Amino acid sequence: MDHILTYMTFIPLAGMAVILCMPRGATKAIRLTALGFTIPPLLMAVWLFANFDRTTEAMQFMERAQWIPSFNIQYIMGVDGLSVTMILLTALLCPICILASWNIEKGVKGYFALFLLLDAGMTGVFCALDFFLFYIFWEVMLLPMYFLIGIWGGERREYAAIKFFLYTLAGSVLMMIAMLALYFYNEPHTFDMLVLMDNAGTYSRTFQTWTWLALFIGFAIKIPAFPFHTWLPDAHVEAPTAISVILAGVLLKMGTYGILRFCYPMLPLATQDMAFWALAALGTWNIVYGALCAMAQTDMKKLVAYSSISHMGYVMLGMATMTVQGINGAVLQMFNHGTITAMLFLLVGVVYDRAHHRRIDGFGGLASVMPVYTGIMVIAFFAAMGLPGLSAFISEVLVLLGAWQYSPALAIVAASAVVLTAGYMLWMLQRVWLGPVNEEYASMPDVNAREIVMLAPLAVIVIVLGVYPHAVLDLINTSLTAINNTVLSAVPPLASLPLDVLP
Amino acid sequence: MVDPHHAAEVAVHSSQLLRWIPFIPLLGAAVNFLLGTRIQSRAGRGGVAAVAIGSSLASFVLVVISFFSLLAFDEHSRLVIDTVAPWIHIGSLNVDIGFQFDPLSAVMTLVITGIGSLIHIYSYGYMDDEPAAWRFFALLNLFMFAMLTLVLGDSLLLMFVGWEGVGLCSWALIGFWHQDHVNTTAGNKAFIVNRIGDFGFVLGVFLLFWSLDSAGQATVVFRELPALVGGLDGMLLWGVPVVTLITLFLFVGATGKSAQIPLFVWLPDAMAGPTPVSALIHAATMVTAGVYMIGRLSFLFAMAPATLEVVAIIAAATAFFAATIGIAQNDIKKVLAYSTVSQLGYMFIAMGVGAWAAGIFHLVTHAFFKACLFLGSGSVIHAMHHEQDMRRMGGLRHYMPRTFWTFLIATVAIAGVPGTAGFFSKDEILWNAYLHSPALWFMGFLSAGITAFYMFRLVFMTFYGECRADEHTREHLHESSGWMTWPLVILAVGSLFAGFLGVPAALGGSNAFAHFLEPVVGHMEHSGHHSLALEYGLMAASVGIAGLGILLAWLIYVKKVFSAESLARIGGGWPHRVFLNKYYVDELYGATVLRGTMGLSTLFAWFDRTVVDGVVNGSAYVTRIGATLSGVFDFRVVDGLVNLTADAIHAFGGVVRRVQTGSLNTYLYVIVVVVAAVLFAGTWK
Repeated sequence: MDHILTYMTFIPLAGMAVILCMPRGATKAIRLTALGFTIPPLLMAVWLFANFDRTTEAMQFMERAQWIPSFNIQYIMGVDGLSVTMILLTALLCPICILASWNIEKGVKGYFALFLLLDAGMTGVFCALDFFLFYIFWEVMLLPMYFLIGIWGGERREYAAIKFFLYTLAGSVLMMIAMLALYFYNEPHTFDMLVLMDNAGTYSRTFQTWTWLALFIGFAIKIPAFPFHTWLPDAHVEAPTAISVILAGVLLKMGTYGILRFCYPMLPLATQDMAFWALAALGTWNIVYGALCAMAQTDMKKLVAYSSISHMGYVMLGMATMTVQGINGAVLQMFNHGTITAMLFLLVGVVYDRAHHRRIDGFGGLASVMPVYTGIMVIAFFAAMGLPGLSAFISEVLVLLGAWQYSPALAIVAASAVVLTAGYMLWMLQRVWLGPVNEEYASMPDVNAREIVMLAPLAVIVIVLGVYPHAVLDLINTSLTAINNTVLSAVPPLASLPLDVLP
Repeated sequence: MVDPHHAAEVAVHSSQLLRWIPFIPLLGAAVNFLLGTRIQSRAGRGGVAAVAIGSSLASFVLVVISFFSLLAFDEHSRLVIDTVAPWIHIGSLNVDIGFQFDPLSAVMTLVITGIGSLIHIYSYGYMDDEPAAWRFFALLNLFMFAMLTLVLGDSLLLMFVGWEGVGLCSWALIGFWHQDHVNTTAGNKAFIVNRIGDFGFVLGVFLLFWSLDSAGQATVVFRELPALVGGLDGMLLWGVPVVTLITLFLFVGATGKSAQIPLFVWLPDAMAGPTPVSALIHAATMVTAGVYMIGRLSFLFAMAPATLEVVAIIAAATAFFAATIGIAQNDIKKVLAYSTVSQLGYMFIAMGVGAWAAGIFHLVTHAFFKACLFLGSGSVIHAMHHEQDMRRMGGLRHYMPRTFWTFLIATVAIAGVPGTAGFFSKDEILWNAYLHSPALWFMGFLSAGITAFYMFRLVFMTFYGECRADEHTREHLHESSGWMTWPLVILAVGSLFAGFLGVPAALGGSNAFAHFLEPVVGHMEHSGHHSLALEYGLMAASVGIAGLGILLAWLIYVKKVFSAESLARIGGGWPHRVFLNKYYVDELYGATVLRGTMGLSTLFAWFDRTVVDGVVNGSAYVTRIGATLSGVFDFRVVDGLVNLTADAIHAFGGVVRRVQTGSLNTYLYVIVVVVAAVLFAGTWK
């Protein structure tokens, strides 16, 4: 399959075009069309998974074309183990999110059109190997997200959407500065990320440090890392269910993906210098801080949002350790968090659809009313707690194992969060699902077929990856080991040493 | 210490039978989880029970087969492995999903599947009016799977899968009747307190792994460990030998799972679960996981005498304190719960003095008599319409003779009456404790007396005297069905005779049990030689104090020579209050750890909302005012923005929202930033 990545990126875009041509009232047809255009990328993702060469760290399924020759801007697409994993996640979550959006009644046409645009943007971000192209996709993604939260969100949707937009825009500006700095630093000027990586040995330490910081802040906002995280709880609380799933499942990963794609291979010296404070220490702080904040929440979505902040901390900590276990654990954690948090948001969405509120103390006894739903929920909750046998256990153990080698003190602090996580998860579980049945919701219907179809695949993946984590680890290991070695083996360029004295 | 593994000489056997020991109960659980409601509505409770009992029994049969094929091997090559599939292979970490069967696993799996199957059968009688029987039996089977994985797993990581898996099942079964918050709170408490232990456990595994890595070769696979741990000798971390740290971390895990000080608080609350669960999980199997873990890693613990000292002291303290609490409890299951904590203390005393086989031996005998006691109490509770307060029982031996007799036999066994299972195993521990330190022996000796007292207090309050139940309950009092009483009979027989597996040499036995385990756990040599007379003397002393305890209980609760009330008033009543309120440990934890965490959580959430988010909103607000004020000087403001940093972007957002000139501003701003960046990068070159 030639141009598979292009197809995967642009098929949703074609879907958007089709939907825009459909009559406003044909809501059912629009929904089905949207679903129809997310299925081919999913099938292609399965094909990618089957045909991906796990033995090389080189980019695969490369496509290259001139785009704006006068500025040496190219259309380059390609994937390695890191990006292919993220593409799998995106392709998996998009149809699920379309299903989760089935009950949207307001502006159906606009909603699904924007959703497909978002899908295209996300896939493109993970495929692009030209920084300029990457940046375009990055911005393309931002726009529909703003409207999806701002129009289809809850009561304070405008506040949340603008907050999200401004935060991300701030990050984008910093990223653009870094992009241009890299462009002009290289001679001849180029946005080709492979070249930018190859030339990493020539970048001076000072240049690397400043560029690293600009990129890092941009990406840290996305992760989100403390103190740039407060947009996330607001965005989640206001966003419709499917958008929360995308936000937590895919968009947050772009932060850590960016760090591994840009900061690590392009700016290895700065990565060495910064990893401890900016990634390891901050990541550990994220883990504990997010967990403690989650415990105090009264809104289910806010709790899950803070748990995301906590769980993404593992990713930061893992990659910072620069051990094989840590970095593999980090990316596995990205995938696992994507599936588990998606489940959590979908599950919250299921009750929200029925009860139209999400107050943790407003339910009680749902286990007696909705047994099937509760069964799936228990899997998701214990997966989020890192129960052995389920997927997140593997990634958390790998991260913590790497962390111990890196700094036992950080590992101890980070590992202590397993207690906190169990605390807030079980406490929420008890308040919402257990206890005497709340009469108000005594006749709430159990999950329907559509909801099972969207939840079951994720539950299966969570279980399978706990038993056979190599389904993902095999994909990522070679690429990540290479990226890790780039950082570990980096030495300052001799020629550029004098330049280090410049500001 | 005799090296139990001569790696080069051990011939490893392999058998694909092994995996089915845990997998069959897993299948049973899967069937009942997925199809249980349908089976139950078609075939009734019997259908789901048949699936669960069948899979548990099948697993037991496989264990027996494996056991006999193990016996057929030469003593030093009794190790069978079954590698099912690769699991995690990243860098130097190489773990498979693999099981191993050696004498220690054999003992554990025989207990788990044997007693487990009896409890499955009993449960069919006990849960006779349970609409969600399918869920109960599915969880019981899932527990069997997790517990079997714990003891059969061939690596620390796979053991940990079982370790937390049993925790999950324990959580779900304690809170089985989930409409009552008391039950689910107890479940949560159990899981969270265990998590504190697990936190220590994983740190121990990490430290072991990396220490071995720096010594040459890292592994977490049990059969590879003995040959490698020698490399840890002399290695220090934070000025402490790493072996000591590793084993201390692992022991933290054991204190959680096996309810030792300071993490024992969850076990008494766990009695909120259905009684068969208390028997299976919170008496016979899961809570002994910590003892098993130390036995499995005895070669490692043997390298850390400081840790063993800590283990022994904590164990003796736990045995004693829990026993004293047991005196004052009125809930029949609470007495048994504290008794379990106390008896687990005995097992850890054995581990702490390096008498590994003795600890495991007590684990086995305890499984028999404590399961029998719990199931017996369940029979009583079932007959009493879920009444658990002994003050409202009495005289039950007339109504339920079979329950009474089996209960009495198990009580005699736990009290250590000569000839019963408890006598042999407890004496083995006390003897070894004495060889290590007479003070340790004395703690165990006192606890033995207290144990005899509170157990017979329980028997007398429940089965003797007048029946104090209300009229309605008394009318319906009845002996339980055969589903429940036959398991009791079998367990009672075990309580009487299991001790003969390990009759010490002093009593003319050969201690076959310890001999069987020796290839795995080895034994620690004690310096010096002690006379047989001393051993007999100590034996007589512990029999004596047990007799004293029984006599005292008889005088107070049957003969009423002293009234229990007046005894409770001794010392102004405060000793009794302290015992009754469990030394206020729950209150202490509630006021410190729990309130501390909740307070910190509230503080952080407040900080997040007002400070972190406050800065964000505040800067947006401030810059928006500034932007409004300078709105007149539109272009000059834009010029001025150039000099501002990221914060200014918020200001800009304010402008976008308030004034409709957004797009123009955006472009201008972006262009300015781009130019700045270009210049920035340009000067660098």
